Amino acid sequence: MIALALVLLLALPWVLPPFYQTLFVFYAIAALVVLGLYLLTGLAGLTSFGQAAFMGVAGYTSALLALRVGVSPWVGLFAGLAVTFVFALLLGLLTVRLKGHYLPLATIAWQVALYIVMGSWVALTGGRTGLSDLPAVAVFGLELRDPRYFHYLAWGLLLLYALALYRLVHSRHGRMIRALRGDAVAAASFGARPPELKLWTFVIAALGAGIAGWLYVHFVRFVNPSPFSLEASIFYLIMAVVGGVGSFPGAFLGAGLLTGLEQWLKDLVPLVLGKSGNYEVIAYGLILVGILHLAPRGLWPWVEARLPRRTPPPPEGEGLAPRAEPLPEGPLLVVEDLTKSFGGLLAVNGLSFAVRRGEILGLIGPNGAGKSTTFNLLAGVLRPDRGRIVFREREITGRYPFETVRLGLVRTFQHPHLFPEMTVLENAMLGTYPRTHAPMLASMLGLDANEERRAAAEAYRALVRVGLAEKAFLKAGALSLGEQRKLEVARALAADPVLLLLDEPAAGLRAGEKRALAELIRRLREEGITVLLVDHDMELVMHLVDRVVVMHYGEKIAEGPPEAVQRDPAVLEAYLGGAA
Amino acid sequence: MDPLIFGFLLSDGLISGALYALVALALVLVFAVTRVILIPMGEWVVFAPLTQAVLLEGRLPGTVWLSAGLLLVWAVLDRRRGRTPLLLALAAALVVAAGYLGLAVPALAPLVAILVVLPLGPANFRLFFEPLPGATVLVYLILAVGLHFVYKGLGLAFFGPEQFGLPALLPGEASVFGLPVPRQGVLMVVAAGALMAALYLFFARSLFGKALRAAAVNRIGARLSGISVREAGRVAFLLATGIGALAGVLVAPLSNASYEMGFLLGLKGFVAAIVAGLSSYPLAVAGGVLVGVLESFSSFFASAYKEAIVFALLLPVLAWRSVSSLALEEEE
Repeated sequence: MIALALVLLLALPWVLPPFYQTLFVFYAIAALVVLGLYLLTGLAGLTSFGQAAFMGVAGYTSALLALRVGVSPWVGLFAGLAVTFVFALLLGLLTVRLKGHYLPLATIAWQVALYIVMGSWVALTGGRTGLSDLPAVAVFGLELRDPRYFHYLAWGLLLLYALALYRLVHSRHGRMIRALRGDAVAAASFGARPPELKLWTFVIAALGAGIAGWLYVHFVRFVNPSPFSLEASIFYLIMAVVGGVGSFPGAFLGAGLLTGLEQWLKDLVPLVLGKSGNYEVIAYGLILVGILHLAPRGLWPWVEARLPRRTPPPPEGEGLAPRAEPLPEGPLLVVEDLTKSFGGLLAVNGLSFAVRRGEILGLIGPNGAGKSTTFNLLAGVLRPDRGRIVFREREITGRYPFETVRLGLVRTFQHPHLFPEMTVLENAMLGTYPRTHAPMLASMLGLDANEERRAAAEAYRALVRVGLAEKAFLKAGALSLGEQRKLEVARALAADPVLLLLDEPAAGLRAGEKRALAELIRRLREEGITVLLVDHDMELVMHLVDRVVVMHYGEKIAEGPPEAVQRDPAVLEAYLGGAA
Repeated sequence: MDPLIFGFLLSDGLISGALYALVALALVLVFAVTRVILIPMGEWVVFAPLTQAVLLEGRLPGTVWLSAGLLLVWAVLDRRRGRTPLLLALAAALVVAAGYLGLAVPALAPLVAILVVLPLGPANFRLFFEPLPGATVLVYLILAVGLHFVYKGLGLAFFGPEQFGLPALLPGEASVFGLPVPRQGVLMVVAAGALMAALYLFFARSLFGKALRAAAVNRIGARLSGISVREAGRVAFLLATGIGALAGVLVAPLSNASYEMGFLLGLKGFVAAIVAGLSSYPLAVAGGVLVGVLESFSSFFASAYKEAIVFALLLPVLAWRSVSSLALEEEE
């Protein structure tokens, strides 16, 4: 299938009429930009209105270097990408820490401002008339002036970029980028640094646009601001959305379809209506609206739902290396004088306790006792006002979850924070993120294959341990609540936990599912994992744990083995309101 | 700087600031209630004075048929909803009748123009956005961009490429702090202030306004308390189109009008809305005034870069918000 497409791509320029030869080059240029948007908008959920401006930055850099300094376009390519990189980095640093709509807005500002500079700084850029007579790109002395030759350059660069992007998306980074979009807290709990990942996503997308801009100016061998306008940026976004913004083939589909549509409408509409004017714009707009009404998620997801699915074989082989450093002899986790208030409400007040190695400790208390706040303080989601948290003899007070997960402090979520669009196996593989090391560039070059295989095997083993192996290739959205909880545990196991923090794992489960869960937790303890369990299901806690800490109004009122605590008058008072 | 020039630039900035503030208010309102970033807003703003101009030339503008046609399509879509289709058909007839009235009585042309443009907002919401409830902000945005193309094309088809000059509603000049200012400009600023006050009262005092705010803050909660989110969306679109059309009719005598001015106008309103984080009404007004004044002064000092300076205003705003936000927040 892929081989056939490649042969077709090689033969195309020699069978198409000249008009379509040119169209195919523009197709490749558009696809480069749209692929970047697939990563940025489709996967990371960040919308950019500034991709055409990045094209312009690279295009103008190369054009000016060629005309004013006289260097080869190839030097211009690297210089253009370097300048694009710097601009993207600066713009990204400004916005990736913000939520929601700020990145799109910042990119609009950048796009409009840069467009005006390109048009108004006449001494440098030639203003709106632009700069002409750019040199053609030469390969081994052959100047690519004919679109039939340029076709290979454009599609060659596109396929290289696409391959790198595809590898990135299917690597540890890609999984985390997808996770980030749905849920930054869950992503951070498994080792991702959200702002950093977003920043690199933005830069990689900008570089794709940069390559496209360089191709554009050396193909038409003329540069002026108009192909780098806000309208152009919006066109690329439209291509991405129409093709299906979260899908790899969708980027090619959208770019091809709309590049063609624009040209066809320019020719067709005057033919049908007998007059030209802005009618093609109206038709274009209406077709766009129509497509979105037919397929709100884009055309590729619409096609994909009608294609047969196949299930890959389960991953095999060796998993990742287990944790090497020995654990301390003393308690694993020590909490001292932990205090946290929200406004006037003292949620946790001077709480101290310790978790011993290899035990299951239950943290219980009536509603509003401060259990969830304590959990969030331990998990690094909240910062304490006072007190210390020491894990494996290292102080981790106020540290971010993406730091503590590497030490083996791994959590689950009460309301499953899974990623319904990803498969069960991919969800579990998120847990291996802090244990794998391939940097982004290595992933893009495909150098992480070995580590990826081991990560998949490790995640699959975790699924086997919780009993979800046969569902490994289903989408996580198809699981029942009980299975989702198991997947939460499997993902945590894939991170090789020393201490497992379970947040109300039994909430909402049926009796049979609860028993299975208790069985699983006991088995984990036998495998050497220490467990801290927060729940208010008394029956589960009392039959499962070795020791209990009871909280009431933010303070510890009892600690000890379940039988002793159950008879403690203070506990009875808290739970039954003075029945003792 | 010469105080006279300063005064002129400031008054100029305040007048266009009033326009941007109104557009920003409309955009914030629509976004808050429906999550739609209404790109064609700018087109609708210029459609009103253009409709008025064509009426004054003694022709019936295409917007009349467009508006009536959209209302009729809406009537067909809602044909099973009791008296709704009848009322919509009546409204369509009313729009056409108003068009002819505007031809007969030129003095009524500005009012007729607003009335003709008014149905565009809710009708577009009903036809294009309502069928896709719960789509992402991005999909709505691309839909809005599609509509922007459609209306830009229609604008050229209806009104042609030329600029129209419009007679002032209040001719002559007034003296403000010793500075001669066109009366129309004073009218613009005063009307904008009055409109904002009315909107404030509407949202703060009336039950309907409160329901709209509720729908903006929490859709599910609003629905559970018996507020129809669809209804709220239509009303938001109606209010926004009304504000935009009024602003367009008021400002056009000062600056002429052509079909292609809409997009940039909408974008500047958008800049102001962003300063407000797309959520705060008072900040949107402040943002609009800021954009207007900045534009006025930069057109004097660096005319070629005036738009660039206006859009670059966003970067410090974003930087400030970036510094004052946390790296990681629980989103539950």
